[in-house]
Amino acid sequence: MSRKVRIAQLSCGPEYSGVQKEIYEAAESVDAEVFFPDIALADVERAVDAFGLDVRSADLKLMIARGKALVEGKVDADGVFIGTCFRCAEAAIVRNELRRYIHEHSRLPVVSYSFTERTTSGTLLTRMEALTTIARRRALLAREEQTGITMGVDSGSSTTKAVVMKDNEIVGTGWHPTTEVIKSAESAVADALEMAGLTREDIQAIGTTGYGRFLIGKHLGADLIQEELTVNSKGAVYLAGHQRGASTVIDIGGMDNKAISVLDGIPGTFTMGGICAGASGRFLEMTAKRLGVDITELGPLAMKGMGKNVPMNSYCIVFGTQSLVNALAAGSSREDVAAAACHSVAEQVFEQQLQEIDIKEPVIMVGGTSLIEGLVYAMGQLLQTEIVVPPHSQYIGAVGSALLASGFIKGE
Amino acid sequence: MAKVFIYPATSLILSDLVARFGHKPLGAALGIRERIQTAGVDSPPLQITPEEPKRGLKYAAVEVPSGVRGRMAIYGPLLEEAEAAVIVTDADLAFGCMGCARTDELILFTLRQSGIPILELKYPTNEEEGVQFVAAVRKFLAGLEKEGEA
Repeated sequence: MSRKVRIAQLSCGPEYSGVQKEIYEAAESVDAEVFFPDIALADVERAVDAFGLDVRSADLKLMIARGKALVEGKVDADGVFIGTCFRCAEAAIVRNELRRYIHEHSRLPVVSYSFTERTTSGTLLTRMEALTTIARRRALLAREEQTGITMGVDSGSSTTKAVVMKDNEIVGTGWHPTTEVIKSAESAVADALEMAGLTREDIQAIGTTGYGRFLIGKHLGADLIQEELTVNSKGAVYLAGHQRGASTVIDIGGMDNKAISVLDGIPGTFTMGGICAGASGRFLEMTAKRLGVDITELGPLAMKGMGKNVPMNSYCIVFGTQSLVNALAAGSSREDVAAAACHSVAEQVFEQQLQEIDIKEPVIMVGGTSLIEGLVYAMGQLLQTEIVVPPHSQYIGAVGSALLASGFIKGE
Repeated sequence: MAKVFIYPATSLILSDLVARFGHKPLGAALGIRERIQTAGVDSPPLQITPEEPKRGLKYAAVEVPSGVRGRMAIYGPLLEEAEAAVIVTDADLAFGCMGCARTDELILFTLRQSGIPILELKYPTNEEEGVQFVAAVRKFLAGLEKEGEA
């Protein structure tokens, strides 16, 4: 049995918020252990002085001292989980600066999260899984080429995607809305196999990812069942032809968003999940529906409009929709409303999530929403950079899974 | 004997001083002991469940971070019970730190609003100040006794 992955917890408030148990449970379920770096009392003031951030809270001082101990190598860890109370401004400053400090001064993967008392282990699972994958499977993540015939299936909250790869080429794809998880996956797999002109027996290894990864993985007998943070990072740099060096991956999904700072194909820091649905692909789906266009037509429609003409700056999908309806009722054009919706989503991701990671070029946008050119344009405007949307970007999770699964072909 | 809330509530020295001079210290040990001894509650390390931040709504609104509300669920009932308080400001971490500065602000505000007798002292930085510190605590606590007797 492999050694448990040791995740250092730097936090303020989870014990008193009643979510410490959830953190332990999430770690336990991925065979990791969470521990608090042990430091001496005398180290606390010294560390806080040296760090230079004069905070009032004693637990935040302790967080800083523990972070410094990790960077200075006084405590061994495989990954770092930084957690503080949602809504605490002082904690948000420490969380962000500490994450940046550890990222810049060590090779430790870091994930940060602001919790409420309603945070569950399920919410934390993907993040913990990503931390343990980076620690445990560096060799697998270093894989830069797909070999043999492998298949990747991404069971997302909105859509299920399947990809068949053969000798480093995508030879088959399948895409279906996620309704019944297994049924949708079967359909996507059947389409991908048909397009590839192959049968299930030809597949040498299977990888699954996304929300339904465990169910689909069990059903298909997958060799690799992996969360989407590491899989998407790998898939993104692979498809963008940028496997070495730094990059930033943005995936605005149906239910949550991922922003990942990647180095040599391995995620360094990442955030997952926005505050609300107003910053998600779901909002764009609703916008398309209200405008009476297919989601694939929303991007081109938005490119013809001027988002500035429509006031839409909501942090909530309900109020966002209200703005949209009001704008249409006031006579705004569909083009302008589409552009405003794209800008609103991009702006919220920018404000809520991209502030939590270090943006390094190239910025690669992936996932189904990367096909909405109005959204990509809005993000590029906000970041003042040209966004890379690699070919097959909508299949990112499936491609990453197929690529990594080739490490499990027997005999390798 | 009076029930005296101590601040920092985690200070064992302050707790001991209050007890030595014949009063009941209300501090973190008391509030936390109740939770770790409650059977059937299993959230480590303080046996706090997500219910606590909800109970903390009595002391702080929902906009306030969950950790503050969870802490107030521990300290709030003690503040309600307190008949007097000894507050030590600018205390060293080793003297007994409180985790959250925002909770500290709310506790101190609540105490000052309560109208109970309060002794506020600055943390001593040398031996002479230390002697004066203990003498002041003793005098304050002795005064409480007189009030109680009267």
